[in-house]
Amino acid sequence: MSVEALTRAKDILGAAVLSTHSYRGDDTLVVDSAKIFDVMKTLRDDAELAMTMLVDLTAVDYLGREPRFEVVYHLRSFKSGARLRVKAPVAEPEDGGNPQLDTITPLWASANWMEREVWDLYGIKFRSHPDLRRILMYEEFVGHPLRKDYPKEKRQPLVRRPPDEV
Amino acid sequence: MGLEFYTSRLADAVNWARKYSLFQYPFVTACCGMEFMAVWAPKYDVARFGAEFPRFSPRQADLLIVVGTITERQGPVLRRIYEQMCEPKWTVAFGVCASTGGFYQNYSTMPGADQCIPIDVYIPGCPPRPEQVLDGLIMLQDKIQEKRGYVQKREKREHDELLKAKGKLKVIP
Repeated sequence: MSVEALTRAKDILGAAVLSTHSYRGDDTLVVDSAKIFDVMKTLRDDAELAMTMLVDLTAVDYLGREPRFEVVYHLRSFKSGARLRVKAPVAEPEDGGNPQLDTITPLWASANWMEREVWDLYGIKFRSHPDLRRILMYEEFVGHPLRKDYPKEKRQPLVRRPPDEV
Repeated sequence: MGLEFYTSRLADAVNWARKYSLFQYPFVTACCGMEFMAVWAPKYDVARFGAEFPRFSPRQADLLIVVGTITERQGPVLRRIYEQMCEPKWTVAFGVCASTGGFYQNYSTMPGADQCIPIDVYIPGCPPRPEQVLDGLIMLQDKIQEKRGYVQKREKREHDELLKAKGKLKVIP
């Protein structure tokens, strides 16, 4: 059933799909991150696929690979029960800023907090997100701790005992 | 037998009363909380040590029990709760996470609650057995009786400094 979903997705998305693979029932679409909003909207609104549920939204840091980051979306269809994984590779810009792609919060309200989490921990910016603040770490935190180049032993304490308190 | 004799005996009596009426404030953040509840339940019966009465306001408590992992983000909260408690006060780190950070070694976990508040007794274990907790409680009672608690030692130090400044320090043998 779900290989059909993959074929259907490839048909309706056209050039936005970079590659696909299917392994033991896990069907994955690798898509162009510049078109992520249209891709997700098509997958959700297509009458046959009807991928109406956003199960998860997360990211992976492949340090040393180009493009470095991948934003991963997991979709599920209530109609057919099919599941799809959509991966969008995002590169770090040349000028050293944050990698960026479009938000999908207008499509699924649940994406709001998940995108904030990805921003918090990986530093991937979601363009036109309504409220892109840190969600898990505190505002004073510098950097993005789940990046592979974040030092493992680095601490950013908010409070420590005063030195005269022995 | 002078006045000193009676005042030191009085302090002993007060500390004896304190160690058998610990009002504890449980700062429970993680899985150790389950073990904490087991200790405080009738089977292990902490009431035998006079510490069965949890106060869910730090202002009414004199024993802060830090149960579970403390994250850096919780640090200011824990510190504030500690500062809200009236003196004399004591603290216990319950479990290895509260003592040292445990197996968490990452950006978010504070390596031990003693990074932000003074701790009197550390109870290791992941989670500690109830027997360990009761042992730790008895150790704390000994500390209270012998005036070795953090706040008690500080009070003694400040008192001595004050008297020394006034030139009235008498050493009581």
